[in-house]
Amino acid sequence: MSRNLYDLIGLAAGICFILALKGLSSPKSARRGNLIGAVGASVATLIVFFYTNDGEALNNQTLILAAIAFGTLVGVPAAQKVQMTQMPQLVALFNGVGGGAAALVAIVEYLNLGEKASTAVVVATVFTVIVGCVSFSGSIITFLKLQELMTTRPVVFPFGRQIIALTLIGVLVSGGWVISSGGTTPLLINGLLSLLFGVLFVLPVGGADVPIVISLLNAFTGLTVAASGYVLQTTLLIVAGTLVGASGTILTKLMAQAMGRSLFGTLFGAFTAKAQVSAGLADARPVKSGSADDVAILLNYAQRVVIVPGFGLAVAQAQHTVRELADLLASKGVEVAYGIHPVAGRMPGHMNVLLAEANVPYEQLVEMEEINPTFPQTDVVLVVGANDVVNPAAKTTPGCPIYGMPILDVALAGNVIFLKRSMRPGFAGIENELLHETKTTLLFGDAKDSLTKVVSALKAL
Amino acid sequence: MATEFMSNEIALLAIFILSIFVGFEVVSKVSTTLHTPLMSGANAIHGVILVGAIVVADHAKTDLELGLALAAVVLATINMVGGFVVTDRMLQMFKGKPKAKKDAGDDK
Repeated sequence: MSRNLYDLIGLAAGICFILALKGLSSPKSARRGNLIGAVGASVATLIVFFYTNDGEALNNQTLILAAIAFGTLVGVPAAQKVQMTQMPQLVALFNGVGGGAAALVAIVEYLNLGEKASTAVVVATVFTVIVGCVSFSGSIITFLKLQELMTTRPVVFPFGRQIIALTLIGVLVSGGWVISSGGTTPLLINGLLSLLFGVLFVLPVGGADVPIVISLLNAFTGLTVAASGYVLQTTLLIVAGTLVGASGTILTKLMAQAMGRSLFGTLFGAFTAKAQVSAGLADARPVKSGSADDVAILLNYAQRVVIVPGFGLAVAQAQHTVRELADLLASKGVEVAYGIHPVAGRMPGHMNVLLAEANVPYEQLVEMEEINPTFPQTDVVLVVGANDVVNPAAKTTPGCPIYGMPILDVALAGNVIFLKRSMRPGFAGIENELLHETKTTLLFGDAKDSLTKVVSALKAL
Repeated sequence: MATEFMSNEIALLAIFILSIFVGFEVVSKVSTTLHTPLMSGANAIHGVILVGAIVVADHAKTDLELGLALAAVVLATINMVGGFVVTDRMLQMFKGKPKAKKDAGDDK
């Protein structure tokens, strides 16, 4: 295959990626867009086998094919079997391994070129190693946070800022060392420091902001791929990587906006907001807590009930139980709808996916703009494991971390029931005034247990 | 030779910069429900680093290089194949959504 033909097919693959991103931006064309992207990626992968070495088989071709087969055997079942609730962390993991792959590619090419590497190529290699390693280790930490294998709250340690700053300086200095003197030891040190920086950089981020960080790391991986495309002088990698880097940056900004967060606040907020969180925890005003029977009675005699699902629903895997409750209420003639906040849960759109899994009819899922005007006519709002998305502080308290974020106006309804695990504030770490109002009833416990109890109490009525 | 090298570098730079603009433009307006699938799809696209991994595995000279390159092939494949599959699964969940919106509007 001639170089020109190869480049033209590469260009076609690049166009596929542009069309894929375009398609994914609109609901109607999203699925097709993803397919177009997959076609582009497959074609790009296939033609490497035909172009390199002028039609001869690649060196190590059997091993390469075996590695691809192995990767597919790991990736596809993981993607097919993962539960809806765990998709965000799977995306984080996929992103991390992509960043790791890009760093490895640049390292191998660097080792391969040895003395022949031009300064520009070495600079690009260092960039790839730094950003790829940060993306890899950072994504692993986001995975651990989302999988609840470690605390979801911001991790703050003494002298955190100083340690992070020192590590960053170490990363940059060792990068400069690679560029000025070459060799593998400096590159190894640079890689290790970058991995450490990735960990330190994500640790202080609170659970609610993790999706924004995943999106940012996704953009980072894109840039890494672009830089390794430069190292390999491959146009397609530059195009694909840059597209993802640029669109990922915009997407990160959009996500931060939807959550009413600034990107800077997300990344560095934990160190400044500490005082506020502890002040919130110290609040000991009384709240009204009720039993499952109380909740069942409230629900039973309501005309209209709105269920507001949140992160706690996802954690407790209570989507099927909540649907059972909704069906039961509907059979008793109660009008039931779900109020879906766009950023409830851990990912934008998380609740739609979760409830779709439990076969909740679409028409019951009502978006924020449409459900908000109906709260004054609603008798009972059942908040299942949500907090920040119904916290009036977003409207009333300038300066609090979620100020300005649109919320579900559940305070306008007749009664509000919160199913909560504890009095701990939500992920943004802000006290919720609504919990202390007289119209509010709290039922403590795991969302699934609580819902199951309410369902049996309702059946007994 | 020197001038040829330069023009190639400039061409790559031009491609890089133009791609930034395309990337910015193409996703400038997206509804919040599509943020996660879009991120996941973009994530799958950068799995095309698989191409780079295959190229370096082809011309690896030492066992160390080959080992690292093959590790890159495995990781990149997981990223690319898994990424597209998981995005498709997410989007399957969203089908029929526009109709739902209409129904909810009729309630008022």
